[in-house]
Amino acid sequence: MANSATDTLPPAADPATDNPVVGIDQTKGDFSYKVDYEFDAGTGLSEKTVRYISSVKKEAPWILEFRLNALKKFLSMPMPTHWATKDLENIHFDKIRYYLSQGQKPKRTWDEVPDDIKKTFERLGIPEQERKFLAGVEAQFDSEAAYSNIKDLVAKQGVIFANSTEALREHPEIFRKFFGKVIPTGDNKFSALNSAVFSGGSFIYVPKGVKVAQPLQAYFRINAENFGQFERTLIIADEGSEVVYMEGCTAPKFSTSTLHSAVVELVALKGAKIQYITVQNWANNVFNLVTKRGVAHEEAEIKWIDCNIGSRLTMKYPGVVLKGRKARGEVLSIALANDGQHQDTGAKMIHAADETTSNIIAKSISVGQGRSTYRGIVHIPRHLKGCKNNTECDALLINSNSRTDTYPAITVRGDKNATQHEASVSKVNEEMIFYMQSRGLTEGQAMSLAVNGFINDLARQFPMEYSVELKRLIDLEMEGSVG
Amino acid sequence: MTTLPETKSPIGSFTAAAFATHLAAQPSSAPTWWLDRKRAAYESFAAIPLPTRTNESWRFSTLAGLTLDGFEVGTAGPSRPGSDATTSLFGLPALAFANNTLASRTALPADLAAKGVIVTTLSAALNSHPDLLKAHFMAQPQKLGSEKFAALHTAFIGDGAFIYIPRGVEVPAPIVITHSASGAGTAVFPHTLVIAEENAKVTIVDHFVSADSASTPDNPNSKLQTPKFALGANDLYAAHGSALTYVAAQNWSRDTLSFQFNSTVVRRDACVQSLNLHLGARQARHESLSQLQAPGAFSEMLALTVAEGAQEFDQRTLQIHQAPNTKSDLLYKNALRDTAKTIFSGLIVVDPDAQKTDAYQSNRNLMLSDDAEACSLPGLEIQANDVRCTHGATSSRIDPEQEFYLQSRGIAKADADELLTFGFFEEVLARLASEPLHDALHELIKTKFKK
Repeated sequence: MANSATDTLPPAADPATDNPVVGIDQTKGDFSYKVDYEFDAGTGLSEKTVRYISSVKKEAPWILEFRLNALKKFLSMPMPTHWATKDLENIHFDKIRYYLSQGQKPKRTWDEVPDDIKKTFERLGIPEQERKFLAGVEAQFDSEAAYSNIKDLVAKQGVIFANSTEALREHPEIFRKFFGKVIPTGDNKFSALNSAVFSGGSFIYVPKGVKVAQPLQAYFRINAENFGQFERTLIIADEGSEVVYMEGCTAPKFSTSTLHSAVVELVALKGAKIQYITVQNWANNVFNLVTKRGVAHEEAEIKWIDCNIGSRLTMKYPGVVLKGRKARGEVLSIALANDGQHQDTGAKMIHAADETTSNIIAKSISVGQGRSTYRGIVHIPRHLKGCKNNTECDALLINSNSRTDTYPAITVRGDKNATQHEASVSKVNEEMIFYMQSRGLTEGQAMSLAVNGFINDLARQFPMEYSVELKRLIDLEMEGSVG
Repeated sequence: MTTLPETKSPIGSFTAAAFATHLAAQPSSAPTWWLDRKRAAYESFAAIPLPTRTNESWRFSTLAGLTLDGFEVGTAGPSRPGSDATTSLFGLPALAFANNTLASRTALPADLAAKGVIVTTLSAALNSHPDLLKAHFMAQPQKLGSEKFAALHTAFIGDGAFIYIPRGVEVPAPIVITHSASGAGTAVFPHTLVIAEENAKVTIVDHFVSADSASTPDNPNSKLQTPKFALGANDLYAAHGSALTYVAAQNWSRDTLSFQFNSTVVRRDACVQSLNLHLGARQARHESLSQLQAPGAFSEMLALTVAEGAQEFDQRTLQIHQAPNTKSDLLYKNALRDTAKTIFSGLIVVDPDAQKTDAYQSNRNLMLSDDAEACSLPGLEIQANDVRCTHGATSSRIDPEQEFYLQSRGIAKADADELLTFGFFEEVLARLASEPLHDALHELIKTKFKK
């Protein structure tokens, strides 16, 4: 019934879709730095653009072929507006820049990072001393990784942590086998777009039995107007290994919309564990259309933790293909939609082996005229045994004009599996707010506390610095939402 | 789900010539507005394409099964006064339709007639109550994907039931309507229109049955000989403070392509309970729309399905809360055997001003075979914040311990399935206030387990 999102409602009820950024303060948090780009593919997308990107990156012929094939697919595929929001039609592909680069080699140490980029990081709130604790930082400043610092320890364990260009050039024997296999080029229009013009992103290989002690991190940032950012991430966890990867994204606000369309592929081989954590805080004129999927082999585990606070429209449904016996998939999702924002998020769980289990917990908060949507697929094909899925979706509506939708799709074949799905929609308990106000909190503080309470059982599962950051972001979003 | 490009004719047997024949057969007394409406409906039927794979409202449906070819609009033909064997389950029918024509009727008790209760045919109401018909017949929007088929219904409808309960009148016993179809390739268009005026109270039973296969239980493995096409609709209108119970029992023959459109309007403080029992047909699509239009309105939507053989039941529901302080409660239960398939797609819509809405939607699938398939699409679209909306969907086998217990008592699998199904269904059946109705439905469900 997902189509009803747009079909069954009177048009007047949905002005936010027509122009979601009307009346939004465009200057809050606005900052950017002048950057001299050495390579610029210009605006618009054609075969020439793709060839230019590939030649700048000095790629192997098979990659160029892969890109050109993807471009054809992208141009031939229709927009998915028969089920998705019509807001997608506001993306002007011919006005977007597909590749910008300063042409630097990825930096190895903090000292080599140019001062103006350091300044950007400071504004992003990465304190300089924190870097000491980071296992490695791969920050995507526009197209290219501006800084990457792999701790000796990680490299010594045999972990490969590189950007997409470097990895495909230097370790094709490892990455080519899985590249574009979890998410085929033609999976959807935006994965095809990414496959045609991807640059940057992280490629990680964790050898057999290696448990990476510290999380690997990346920050992505869009710094140029009309720039589409197309990072590509591929993480391969070999048998029995474990890795945690975190990404954060921010962008300053520009007067015109910009596009972010990433593809993230995870492969967890037998008994491996991958945890992928995202805190997405793009400016609210960014279209964030991301395809994320993992394949979990026998007894492997893939866990997506996905927080979406920013962007104008996010469409992101992290998925796990449970390919091996006893594989496990999990998606924990938090979405906060404020005025002018539509967080269309969810999860996909494709069971393809016996005794596979999956768990989806999604919590969304709609503030002001914000709209949050849960969309999910759970698929259990026939002749499987002992598959289980649990799905819980909770939505919190803050203001009387906030909106939330839920569109799950569950297919079960056979009588040896079990699924359960539950969703609820509620508002903040008035008595709770009243109590907190009677103890001297302002209504805004009380509301913020209530919202943090609503997501607390999920946020608790995050690494500490991310749950702290999340709380800070929620406090910021809740400012001025009441009264 | 078919992936081949559709090459089927979008109108099939329902050609312009067939429509002209149908129009020519209308009684001379039929009002012009009625004929105009039919003409307009035929035009939109012919203009709207068949559903395609990218239609979200047909997601998971087997589109290859939607064929409009090989049918002929059923006519009275050899007279077959209401098939007694099945109607006796619910009591004597007030109206019995066979192949789109009134076959028999039972007069209303004198006291009800004196109070102004009307139970008549649509063709009679066209002349006696044109204004009510105009206002209520297929008057609600088609929002669940079958605009084309609803238009086909209006274009070709022959006759149907018209029930009017005046202000404050309570009808003690259920009013039973039967609709039967017979003959190979027959197309029927059953319709029941119910208007419950302020504070009226009534129970209606619609019973759909194929006359030429009702006496013997269908063998799903036998060669299909008498394909039929059933395209039914009902309009329920519950005015201020009324209480309307509507039960529909669908038991078409196993080679029928069936559509049923349910449209309910609930006004202030009114209460509508509907229960749809799905047993028959090869492929059956049921669309149910409830509009809660004024404070205090309550709609309870129930359905039970026994799916076996290669049957497919496709159920689409929409609960629209258009006013504050309204309540809806939906519970659809499916028991699946063999290679059967069920689809439940439900949506709760809460309009921006409908604060204090209390909406519930639940789909439970009991999987009784390894080849059955259940799809659930429970959806919510909420635009008001002070609401309580929840939905749930589960698909599972019965608790293995309960099964083991039954086996340890020497109960065969088929019998165990039946027992478990009734245990599973009882939660829904128990919500019916009328015990005879409860028992009749129980009996009817039982016929599906007889081999």
